[in-house]
Amino acid sequence: MTRTTRVDGQIVVRTDHAPTQPAQLVDDFTPALIDVGAHHLCPGCGEPIAMRAVLEAVAELDVARRTIGVFGIGCYTAFSNNLDVEVLQALHGRAPSVATGVKRARPDTVVFTIQGDGDMVNEGLQEVIHTAARGENVTCVMLNNGVFGETGGHMTATTVLGQRTKTSLEGRDPVAHGRPILLASLLAQLDGAAYVARGAVNNAGNVARTKRMLLQALRTQIAAVGFSFVEILTMCPTGWFIETQEAPGYLADNLAAVHSAGVLKDVLGSPPQPGTEEGL
Amino acid sequence: MSITRGTVVIDTEACKGCDLCIDACPPEVLVMTVQTVNARGYRYPLLLEGCTGCAACSAVCPDFVFQVYKYDTPLDVGAQTR
Amino acid sequence: MTPRLMEGSEAMAEAMIAAGCRFFAGYPMTPFTEVLEHMARKLPAVGGVCMNAESEIEAVGMAWGAAATGTPAATGSTGQGLSLMQESLAEITLARLPLVVLNMARAQGDYFQATRGGGHGDYRHLVLAPGDVAEAVELVQLAFHLTATWRNPVLVMGDYYLAHTAQSVAVEALDFGPRPEATWALDGSTGGSGHAKLVSFLGSVKQRDDVGYDLSEYYAACAAATQSMIGAVAPLAECFCTDDAEVVVVAFGTPATYVKAAVRALRADGMAVGLVRPVTLFPFPSDIVTAATHNARAVAVYENNQGQMVDDVRLAVLGRAPVHFIGGLSLDSSGFGIAPDLDVSVLRRRIAHVAATTDATVPSAVPGSR
Repeated sequence: MTRTTRVDGQIVVRTDHAPTQPAQLVDDFTPALIDVGAHHLCPGCGEPIAMRAVLEAVAELDVARRTIGVFGIGCYTAFSNNLDVEVLQALHGRAPSVATGVKRARPDTVVFTIQGDGDMVNEGLQEVIHTAARGENVTCVMLNNGVFGETGGHMTATTVLGQRTKTSLEGRDPVAHGRPILLASLLAQLDGAAYVARGAVNNAGNVARTKRMLLQALRTQIAAVGFSFVEILTMCPTGWFIETQEAPGYLADNLAAVHSAGVLKDVLGSPPQPGTEEGL
Repeated sequence: MSITRGTVVIDTEACKGCDLCIDACPPEVLVMTVQTVNARGYRYPLLLEGCTGCAACSAVCPDFVFQVYKYDTPLDVGAQTR
Repeated sequence: MTPRLMEGSEAMAEAMIAAGCRFFAGYPMTPFTEVLEHMARKLPAVGGVCMNAESEIEAVGMAWGAAATGTPAATGSTGQGLSLMQESLAEITLARLPLVVLNMARAQGDYFQATRGGGHGDYRHLVLAPGDVAEAVELVQLAFHLTATWRNPVLVMGDYYLAHTAQSVAVEALDFGPRPEATWALDGSTGGSGHAKLVSFLGSVKQRDDVGYDLSEYYAACAAATQSMIGAVAPLAECFCTDDAEVVVVAFGTPATYVKAAVRALRADGMAVGLVRPVTLFPFPSDIVTAATHNARAVAVYENNQGQMVDDVRLAVLGRAPVHFIGGLSLDSSGFGIAPDLDVSVLRRRIAHVAATTDATVPSAVPGSR
């Protein structure tokens, strides 16, 4: 079998079979803890990328056998029945209190929430703030794309000024719509919060950094030193009304400019690794 | 002379044509099809020589399209595909 | 066990613990607050967790999470707090989770909220209404048994009087029979097995096993489970002097204690009057009311509201006798339900008036107006 073939007039390497030369598998199709890779989220959606990072972190720490994920309501709810970890479905905004109940009843479990920005910062702002203030040993994960994606692209509390949504058609205006809430920055101020970080999935480097944030967040929970939080900026080309390939740049220029990425708080502290940099 | 250190297997039917892998690939060895589409009508990525097996494509792919390999011994493929 | 003088709040807390409750979450609100206080003190002593949540919605959320782990859990509030919890209560029912919910109500205006369900959608909760502290100790424990058996929330309808009246009770664990094992409960351990458990109000079928959520199929299954529950749970009611009653009074909760005293006094004066006191408000003891009022020429309903249970009584009587509402709002200025007309002489007059106006040939026991 030849290594190359011709497609659309171009000579390309065949990618329909595993390599015949000796090779190591670096990355498999679907991460171990995601049951079914196929989903109906939009082309270019950042949420599956973030879900992969979360589940890979759980697998890497070898805690799948004591993990319970608590889901909010949003596009990502599509993954609630699709994971090889135990899942408890909560209501829009209400995952943190449910996660609290799980963790208090079963302190030996590793509990994380998956919530969007509309879920966590609109409907559920009170819940996440109280859960952080209480120092609950749970890890809340916010997939922040600055819109209510599942309902079609409406303004949330994290939508940035100038961002056009179906409820801010001319762009978010401070007088008419107020200003965005930078949730990670708020939570970092609470004494109960032990790890607070913002990552993004708009390029491979950020995905890798975000994955390290998730690992540290889960380690913080396992060490039982307090509340851990990872905000992950994700692309939503549908909700942003742009092309899929423009979304990573839009995220960098608009969302990340306001919700700046980086580690805001790290009580546990990680040993310094030579040659790495935290944050963007 | 061109070195290829890795390769990918692409699940073309799972692809939704989002193009994110194209920009994510550091050696720029992924290109989208032009006319050819999969069963759902999406264009999908094609691989050129020069892959490093870095897995940036699988890291950014929302649809879990890639399986990434790194060759034990890099392949010397010459310049015929570039 | 030696009985001890205990206010209802404390007795219900003890009963919850005797029934195996090991997680409680609540938010202070009169007249529920003391239940929370007692649980905060007693639960940790038995290795349980009591959370003073930052809102009622978070309280029911925490109880939801604990319940999903198979831990017998409860929450509660008064009517307003229950209002806040309704979305969660509706969806907890769809998630097929056991949960005991206490409404330490102000008066009796929450009957509709409890029996019709104040939340969205077509769910049902079992509702138990104790008449005094001793019965509350029994019904709270029954609630834990029923909720575990049917994987459906059970509401215990209390009130201000029940919370603050002290009675001599001995709280002993009651055995209602075996509870099914909670094989659905989450503890993380099925993670990585290829069959990780899911507890969701959207369904429990994983994409791996099927195409994913099918809400129409799932809701149909939940409705079928609800109908099984309704068919199997025995409605409960106390019947007092109803065998030969010509006038039957229907009342629930602690006000029924006063109605019973009025009925007893009227009986002593020769009136053929009886009382039906529903104990399960859902399923409503319709057959018991129908049978007890079979020979009655009038039915009177007393409740401390504008008329809610009277609808269910009318349905049970089904036109065979006139149904008179003799209740009404009767509150003190605090609105907590200390009711001026919970007075035996007042109730006697109202019942006698019904008897007199329904059949003019029967002399009323006490002449004059209500």
